[in-house]
Amino acid sequence: MRFSGWQILKEGLTGNHGWRPHWRDPAPKPEYDIVIIGGGGHGLSTAYYLAREHGLTNVAVLEKGYLGGGNVGRNTTIVRANYNLPGNSEFYSHSLKLWEGLSQDLNYNVMFSQRGVLNLFHSDGERDYAARRGNSMAIQGDDAVLLDREGVRRIVPYLDFDNPRYPIHGGLLHPRGGTARHDAVAWGLARGADARGVDLIQNCEVTGIDIDRGRVTGVQTVRGPIRAKKVGIVVAGRSGQVAAMAGLRLPVESHILQAFVSEGLKPVIHHVITSGVGHFYISQSDKGGLVFGGALDMYASYAQRGNLPGAEHVMEAAMHVMPMIGKARVLRSWGGIMDMTPDGSPIIDRTPVDGLYIDCGWNYGGFKATPASGFAFAHLLATDRPHASATRFRLDRFRTGRGIMDEEGAGAQHNLH
Amino acid sequence: MRLPCPLCGSRDHREFTYQGAAVMLDRPAPDAGAEAWDSYVHLRDNPAGATRELWYHGAGCGAWLVVARDTVTHAVFGAELARQVRR
Repeated sequence: MRFSGWQILKEGLTGNHGWRPHWRDPAPKPEYDIVIIGGGGHGLSTAYYLAREHGLTNVAVLEKGYLGGGNVGRNTTIVRANYNLPGNSEFYSHSLKLWEGLSQDLNYNVMFSQRGVLNLFHSDGERDYAARRGNSMAIQGDDAVLLDREGVRRIVPYLDFDNPRYPIHGGLLHPRGGTARHDAVAWGLARGADARGVDLIQNCEVTGIDIDRGRVTGVQTVRGPIRAKKVGIVVAGRSGQVAAMAGLRLPVESHILQAFVSEGLKPVIHHVITSGVGHFYISQSDKGGLVFGGALDMYASYAQRGNLPGAEHVMEAAMHVMPMIGKARVLRSWGGIMDMTPDGSPIIDRTPVDGLYIDCGWNYGGFKATPASGFAFAHLLATDRPHASATRFRLDRFRTGRGIMDEEGAGAQHNLH
Repeated sequence: MRLPCPLCGSRDHREFTYQGAAVMLDRPAPDAGAEAWDSYVHLRDNPAGATRELWYHGAGCGAWLVVARDTVTHAVFGAELARQVRR
């Protein structure tokens, strides 16, 4: 069924009996051309673009729990293309372009809202960095506007401009950035993949990867063995465990990142606002909740929840930037498992096992990459060559030292990102 | 989360800086080759469950600790001085 205003009108007048489940619930077949391990945002996106761009539909997505139950449902929904380094720049630029057409493309409203991402700066040094970053974005073909203090005050007058420790000197506005409805992204991609014939198999945990003489032949699952010519691993924070089934160790350490949402409020924050103070970022959801977060807790974790010092740090940063937030009550908090790489940039590449591919290392920035990650991984799976937007996301860059993409300039070391 | 420093007792984890998996103690020989160094610097077992990590007690005694901890439950099993573990 195609969604449209006409459908809503028709169903509304006839008792809403015509709506159907958005995807089938198939049993696994004994063999597929391609098996994708992981039914999160990136896995579903991969399946969708395999079918749409490459006509490959003898494909299964195996999901341990339910579709979209991992990080695609546990983030702060921010979409932006404001990276500095070659490799990341073209990739996130491509992703933003895919976002801009995604709702139409999927016939599914992902509620992509280009409300603008505003990165505040609090010192002359930060201003210089923001200017440089804005230039990088413009060179890539994306948009960036450097605002002075008064320029920021005009659009967001409620910030604490004269904070004694972190006065606001200005901001870098990225008007095409914004937010999207995270669950709808997973559902829309799932529906699109399913409609083209991809089998989305839930409650199907992979327990082993079959390898014969250096070549992948299939996977073992809790629902029986499944043969496959190619297998793609797209499991974010669990990458280490799944790769270990194929005897691989990855340059990945999984960390906890907390996020928070307030009670629903009337519209008050109309942009995504970020500040380098404690790596703070905030936006307001369409339901009215203020959605905000900060830095990692900074220790390895699979708990999907953080500790209170992390929460306290985020609240302090919020109060520094936006004192009015102190009147809002926090409704809930959650944690996502971040697959952190040493340089803070992702991996989309072949593995040393023939027919086994991996898409991982999304650090704390996987949501905005959802369409382009699937697009590039589908291209790699279908053609055995990296897509032009993702040629630098190599698995071997740490061993060789070539093409390290360290946006923060901190060094390619696990505890620095 | 509190960490049991062998010198200072049980302390809030904010006093400590996390360094990473305790494989960092097993430094390869300078001429061990690219694979060994890649494994040491970058590759990680990244266990979901029991793990051993290096933490630095910067706001306390300044000791490097090897902490045994569970990454799924955040339970802390114990801590030893890294210089004694390494010996």
